[in-house]
This record gives sequence, structure tokens and C-alpha cells, in this order.
Amino acid sequence: MSSWIPIILSLLTLLPSWGNAKTIALYPGEGRVISDAILQAAPYDTLVFKKGIYQENSILVDKPLVLLGEEGAIVDGQMGDEIFVIVSDDVSLENLTLKNVGVSYLKDRAAIRLNRVSNVTIRNNRLLNTFFGIYLQKSNECVVDGNTITGAAEEESRAGNAIHIWQGKRIRVTHNTLSHHRDGIYFEFVDESYIAFNQSRNNMRYGLHFMFSNDDIYENNVFQNNGSGVAVMFSNRISMENNEFLDNWGGASYGLLLKEISDGTIRGNRFQSNTVGIYAEGANRLVLSQNLLQNNGKAMDIKGNCMDNRILDNNFIGNTFEVLTNSKTNLNHFEGNYWSQYSGYDLNKDGVGDLPHRPVNLFALITDKVPAAHMLLHSFLVSSLEVAERMFPQFIPEQLIDSQPQISPYPYDYD
Amino acid sequence: MITINQLHKTFGRQEVLKGIDLYFSAGEGLALIGPNGSGKTTLIKCLLGLNTVQPGLIQFNGEDIYQQSAYRKNIGYMPQISRFPEQMRVKELFALMKSIRAEESTYDLELFEAFEIEALYQKKMGLLSGGMRQKVSAALAFLFHPDVLILDEPTAGLDPVSNEILKEKLRKTIHNENKLVLITSHVLNDLDDIASRLVYLMEGRVLFDKQLTELQAETSENRLNAMIATFLRKQTSHG
Amino acid sequence: MGKIIQFLATDLFKNKTIFLYLLFLWVTGFGLISLQGQGEKILLALLNISILVVPMICLVFSIIYFYNMYEFLLLLHAQPLARSTLLISFYTSLSLVLTGVYLFGLGLPLYFSGAGGEGLLLLLTGSLWNLIFIGLALLMAIWASDRTKGMGFSLLIWVYFVLLFDGLVLLLMYNFNEYPIEKLVLYISFLNPLDLGRILVLMQTDAAALMGYTGAVFQQVFTENWGKGLVLVLLLLWALIPFSVSIRWFNKKDL
Repeated sequence: MSSWIPIILSLLTLLPSWGNAKTIALYPGEGRVISDAILQAAPYDTLVFKKGIYQENSILVDKPLVLLGEEGAIVDGQMGDEIFVIVSDDVSLENLTLKNVGVSYLKDRAAIRLNRVSNVTIRNNRLLNTFFGIYLQKSNECVVDGNTITGAAEEESRAGNAIHIWQGKRIRVTHNTLSHHRDGIYFEFVDESYIAFNQSRNNMRYGLHFMFSNDDIYENNVFQNNGSGVAVMFSNRISMENNEFLDNWGGASYGLLLKEISDGTIRGNRFQSNTVGIYAEGANRLVLSQNLLQNNGKAMDIKGNCMDNRILDNNFIGNTFEVLTNSKTNLNHFEGNYWSQYSGYDLNKDGVGDLPHRPVNLFALITDKVPAAHMLLHSFLVSSLEVAERMFPQFIPEQLIDSQPQISPYPYDYD
Repeated sequence: MITINQLHKTFGRQEVLKGIDLYFSAGEGLALIGPNGSGKTTLIKCLLGLNTVQPGLIQFNGEDIYQQSAYRKNIGYMPQISRFPEQMRVKELFALMKSIRAEESTYDLELFEAFEIEALYQKKMGLLSGGMRQKVSAALAFLFHPDVLILDEPTAGLDPVSNEILKEKLRKTIHNENKLVLITSHVLNDLDDIASRLVYLMEGRVLFDKQLTELQAETSENRLNAMIATFLRKQTSHG
Repeated sequence: MGKIIQFLATDLFKNKTIFLYLLFLWVTGFGLISLQGQGEKILLALLNISILVVPMICLVFSIIYFYNMYEFLLLLHAQPLARSTLLISFYTSLSLVLTGVYLFGLGLPLYFSGAGGEGLLLLLTGSLWNLIFIGLALLMAIWASDRTKGMGFSLLIWVYFVLLFDGLVLLLMYNFNEYPIEKLVLYISFLNPLDLGRILVLMQTDAAALMGYTGAVFQQVFTENWGKGLVLVLLLLWALIPFSVSIRWFNKKDL
């Protein structure tokens, strides 16, 4: 019995070479070092990039390979065309630093492009100044994980997206750090995908941008100091949980922009210091619960074409305006939220205010009709009108009330 | 010294002074008399620049006083009713006035001492009686050796002793120091020893303006009160 | 003039109302800090307090003080002092004391709230409001010899600048909403020192982003140095013009 052990061990050491799979080391040098290596490699080989700068672009990866960078391996696209174009399934690209892809107005050049593939993994790479970062096109079941993608563009028209996905299914985008691009993550026609633990900061347009994508989940991401935090448009059944939308401040900035979307959940998120926390237009049947909306200019701007949304058990703390709307009728349901502007009382001490709270602000209603009236912000006239409106409600939608306003904030843990 | 030329003054629609022409010179003790509403106080206010003058002309030593203030250094004024800030102490008042008139180095302290103002120094103005305030006011009017003294009903609130002290001071001022003193008063007896000339105002005009000696001769009366009564009777019977 | 200012200022500092005013500013200022913490919220709250309190105190207190000191004014007038000297003395001492109390009353809480340049700008704006409304109060006091009338009109001025003007502007904006009136609104704000100063301070804070396109138009002017300078000059004019008119009226007034 014991005599079998050496034989099994020797068989195990031979295992990588099964099917001709071998590891090839690459060194920087003259000419198209990488392309030549790929040409000569057999499927399922591993190419290990040794330390140094490889000056090369337009590298076509057309067979299943593992491309693995050692510490200090850099591929410099020299401000030219795309660096890696992956057209084969089962490719894995890891631990490489890619930089310098030129801006083009004709083509969305990316450091890494995936075209009609599946089961490709892009992991732990660093992308610097690459116009677009990782571009997935008609690809399914791919993983983009742990990459750091930093742009260098200074104006939106010359900026690409850090992770751009156009038509795809079951893609996982996790643990990436994305900054200084147009959008941090861009989804268009991407379904059943999962976005989590990403940090998207200082992007010019959106931290995360959804268009025509359904049944996706994004959670535990941080969107900070972008033009706007997250835009979800023309999409259904999106689950948004435990994200942070921070410091998206500017004339037209939002934490979360919802446009023409239905049946999603927004739970446990933190919206802090945004000009508008949540902006909703044509949003239906969403459930917003257990979120914290704190120190925003306008916590929620919910337009009159939003229906059957349920806003439950959230904390609204220290916002200048709590809820805005442009309609006299309200078709959404607010209940059990904590509103720091609530001025009622709780005589029976059950933790619920005895009078309903009207979170809509008269001044917000006026400025919605007459934008120039913004000049009266913080004037005594406006404060007096607010008081008058609270005593004799005339203009604000009568049904937009929270009948169960909480006396103290929920002790949710948002970190 | 003071020339008044065609002085008119209207308040709203009411014409209070209807063309006054007067000339006052140094050494005169002038009694400005007349019934209530005859324009005495208005005339004094015009002299002091409290009321603005137009049309008309008031000259002080040949200079038009309109919108001027410097001429007032030669005027001592004692108003009919003296009011001071209630929280102000007597001492502070005198200190302030002296500091405003810093160019004056010598003070006329005769009344100041006679009225024993220094004893009141720590008192607040609001706590002083009317008579005490009048004494303060009188002492203040004389303090800077003015060439002209204007006193509006000076004896109204004063006790007899103080009244005599003031009269004595006025006599001296006119006869020894050759200054102009202008007094309005209802109590004509008070003016007996002081006035050398009488100006009687009536409905905004000068009814008569005569030296005392002249009036005495015309009415053959000795006391001021009687003189005026007789004179007025004559006037009305003539008119 | 110096002696009179010194005397009046001392007299004002002994005034109980002035002391209560200082106490009020402290209580509200520090109260806000303990309630709302620090930063911009405090600044905005103190801005609101300034808008409400400064015009009111300046108008009412100054006019009452002027009427109460009227006899003293007459007493001084008997001295060889020009009328303009007297009025300037009154204006200066009221300004010194009320502005001083304002600066001390809000400056201390602002300092502890950690406000930076915006805090200083608020104090500067508030000080100019002091000068403006003291000037307007004296104008009313001189225009109306009757106390009730003077008091009534100064309250009217308060209501006008604090409420009525903005109401009329709102009405105007409602009626001309289809037109691009943002620029016009900017010029209209020049006509009310309270609006002008309020917008100036707001523009330096994050609240500016809440004002949308109007805010953007305003921000072009109010955040540039020349714009800030222009606003401060306009506010100074708002202080100087009423006061110089009041000197002119005072010179012709029958006291």
C-alpha cells in the first residue's frame, strides 16, 4: 500500500502538464513580445510577466490563457490603441499594471476589452490613464474583481468609463476601486449581475450608471464625491442595499437618481451630504426602507409621476428639505420614518408621534414652480410662510403625510 | 449786536411770526413780553438757531446766523424747563460742557457757588427737583462769560432766595459788564429792576418797543405791570 | 465731537437693554451650538438671527434713544456745535455700541463654532446692517417729531425690508416666471440690503448648490472678489445715503 504513495505524488506533479499546459515566462524586450508569446502558446498555458515595462498594444488574446503579472510588470500602451482585446472564453488576466491608452473620439478604446466571451476573469490589475478601463461587450459569466482603475481625464467629453459593460449576463463586479473617469461603472443591457464592495470616487458623471438593465444587485459599495452618485434608469427589479452615497454636492448632483424604474428595493443605504439624496422620476413599486438620509440639501425629491412606492422606517436627519414633490396628489406611502424636523409630541410614550408629519416643504414647492424664488432661501419671509403653511395647510399635498412618525431615530448600523 | 430783519416763521399753515424787525445792543436789559402764543418762545428759538429762519434775516454782530453755530459761544441760554438725561450726574454735565468748550479757560462761577451746585455733584439729574435743575441750568448759562444771555421764564421754578440771587447777577451783568440780557417772563414784577427796554409781542407782531424811561413818561406809572396795563388800555381805546 | 461720542457711548453701555441684547445674542448663539453642533448649520442659523434681530433692535432702540435724548440734544445745541456734529455724534455712538454688541454677541459663538472666512463675512455683513438700520432709524426720528409716528414708521420699515419686499419680489417672480428673470432678480436684490447681505453669505456656503440655476447666476457674481467688493460697497451706500439725507433734514428741522 505504501509503495503507491510515490507514484501518486509523481502523477500529481505531472498534473499541470496534462493537455500540454505549461508556464512560460516573459521578459520585456524589443518587438511584440506579448503577442508573439500568445501566438506560440498553447491553450491553457500560463504566461508569467516578469518585472519590467512592456511597450505594446493591440494584443489579441484569442485562446484560453492565464496572463499573470509578477510584481512590477507594466504594460504601456504608449497612448495608442487598446492594450488587451480578449476574444476567447476562459481567459484570466491578473496582477498586471496597464497604462496609457490614447483618447479617441471614434472608438471607445479600453485597456482591456472582452468581446463576446464567457468565463473570463480580470483580477487585481492596476489601470492608469487608460481612457476606458475594462470594457465588456456581449459577454457573460465574467468576473471583474479587485482592480484599481484610475483615470486622468479632466473633462467629461474626453473621459471614458472605468468599467463599461454593454450587453451581458451574470457578471460579477467586486472589490474594485474606480476614480477620475466619466462613470465609475456603466451598465447597459446587463442582467442578473452582481456589483459589490466597490469604491467609486471622484468620477465626473456617475459613480454607477444603470441603463436598461434588469434583475441586478448592487450592495456594500461606496459612491463618494462623484458628479452624481448612482443613476438607475429604465431598469427593473434592481436591489440596492447597504451602499453609501456620500458628498455628491453640486448644482445638479444626486446621491441616487431613479428614472423609469420599477420593483426594486433600496434598503439600509446611507445618503449623506448630497445636494439631493434620492431623486425619483417615474419610479414605481419600489420599497425604500431602513435608509439613513442625513445632512442632504433635499433628502428626497419624488416627482408626481412616481406611484406605489413605499417609504418605510427610514431616518431623515438634519436635511434642509425633507421631501419635495411637484404634484398636489401623492400616490406613494410614507410610514414609520424618523424625521428630525418633526415637531409633534408623543403623549402616550409609544415612540410614535401623535400627530402625522408633513415632510413636504412649502418653499420647495414654490421653487419648483418658480425657480427664481430660490433667492429667498433662508429669508424671514420663507420661514414665516412655512409656519403659516404648517398651521393652515393649503398648498402642500394633503395625502403626503407620515402617520407614524418616529420620536427617535432607528439605531441602524450603517458601517 | 443782534439785528432781526423781517423775520417770518410758519409751522405748517400757522404763521407764528409775521415780520419782526428788532435791534438789540449791548448793555440792554430787554424784557420780551406778550400773551401766550404771541411768538416769544419762537423768537428765542430763532435766535438760538433751534428754529430755522426763512424768510427773514437774523444777524449776530453783523453775521447772518442761518445754519451757523459758532456765534452761540457768545450766548448763554436758560430754557423755561430744563431737562437733562436722567442717568447723568451733575458733575458729568459740567465736565462734559467744559470739555466741549475746551477753548475757554476761565469760568464765571458766581452763580455756581451761590447756588451751591458742587454739593449736588454726585446726584443724578433724574433725582433733582425742578428748582434744582433750574439752578443748574442758570449756573451753566453764565459759566462761559457769554456776551448775550437769553432766559426763558427764568424765575418760574426758583425759590425766592435763588430768584433774588439770579436777579442780582443779572443786574450786575447788564450794568457793570455791559452785556445784553433778553428775558421773557409772565411775572412782570420780576423784571422791574432789570429791564431797561420792553418789547411787547402780540399775534406774531411787535405791538410796541419802548425804553422803560419812555414808557414811564407816557404812562406816568412806576411799576412795570401798571405801565403796561395803562399803555395797552390807551392803545385799545385809540384803536 | 469725540467728547460727545465718548459720553453717549458710555451712557449707552450703561443701558439695560443693551446688556439684555448682548445676553440674548449669547444665549441664542451658544444655545444653537449646543443643539446643532458646528459648522455651516450654525452659520446659517446665526444669519437668520441677524436678519431678524439686527434691523429690529437697530430701528426700535435707536429711535427710542434719540427721542429720549432729545432734551440733551437741545442742551448741546445751545453750545457752539454744528447740527451735523450733533447728529454724527449720535449716529457714531449708536453704531459703535450696537455694532460692538453684535460683533461680541455673535462673534464669540461663531468663533467657537469654528466658522472661517464665511463667519467673518457674516459679521461684516451684519455690522453693515447695523449701520444701515441705525441710519434709517435716525432718518425716521428726524422726519417725525411725534414719537408714536416715528415708532410706527420705523416698524413699517422693518416689516418692509424683512417681509414685504420679499413678498413683492415673490409675486413678481410668479407673474414673470416664463421669462429668464434670474439676472433681474439679482439686480432687484440690490434694492434690499437684507437680501443682498443674505445672498452674499449664502453664496459662500454649500447652501448655494440648493439654489439651482438662480444660485449659479448669483454665484458668478457673489463668489468673485470683485462681486463681494461690489456687494459691500452697495451695503455701504445703503448706510451712507439714508444717513446723509438725515443730516440734510436735521439741518433744516425746527427743534
